[in-house]
Amino acid sequence: MAAHRRIDVAKVGEVTVVKFLDKKILDEASIQELGAELFGLVEQDNRRSILLNFANVEFLSSAALGKLITLDRKVKAAKGRLKLSNIRPEIFEVFQITKLNKVFDIRADDAEAISAFA
Amino acid sequence: MNSGSWQREVDLPSERGASRLITEDLLEHLGVHGWPPSDIFSIHLAAEEAIVNAIIHGNKLDPAKKVHVSCMVSPELARVEVTDEGPGFDPASVPDCRLDDRLEAPNGRGVMLMRSFMTRIEYNAKGNGVLLEKRRSPPAD
Repeated sequence: MAAHRRIDVAKVGEVTVVKFLDKKILDEASIQELGAELFGLVEQDNRRSILLNFANVEFLSSAALGKLITLDRKVKAAKGRLKLSNIRPEIFEVFQITKLNKVFDIRADDAEAISAFA
Repeated sequence: MNSGSWQREVDLPSERGASRLITEDLLEHLGVHGWPPSDIFSIHLAAEEAIVNAIIHGNKLDPAKKVHVSCMVSPELARVEVTDEGPGFDPASVPDCRLDDRLEAPNGRGVMLMRSFMTRIEYNAKGNGVLLEKRRSPPAD
């Protein structure tokens, strides 16, 4: 398993729970690094059930959204499942405005998301 | 609360991450002027998207080019103007990222977010400058 600088990775049963370590996901270099770490979960570690927990995230830019969309494609291509949880209202509004709430399976919290993988 | 206004103009280098050279000051003064957190989030997002677009798409990270940013914050109005030294673009040519065939495209959401989160957004005729304004939201009941 690769070392991570942008994310914390834990396992709950079969589900890989990812927490973001940055409160603000906006710096281009950090976003590139974040993307590489997320993609590695699918492409190197063969994780197939991934939950992204946004509890720590206060801000993200459209470049970060791009990485999430690419991750979603990779997970779907690997016949895996991706869910998002604990998104604060301001950031959820970003998903709503861009209609990405229709692309991603967004759940209120970890417990709801993990049970939805079953 | 400070009842006057704060203004600052800077020329940013065309480097990734340069936006923070102005956004940190902008956020601080929005706080000083008592703006609500949801409005600060909106202005931060719009300013970030505009500056990143100018650096990457406008100036194409050319170290010889600068991005001019002018900010004004008062208790009721925040204004950010971002101008790059690129050839400009037609904002009407950016496809709607909410269309079914664009929904999963990895980019093209910045302009939409700026329009949604700000009260006013205007591009100059050349398309290399954008004016962003937000009026303070009324307090929630």
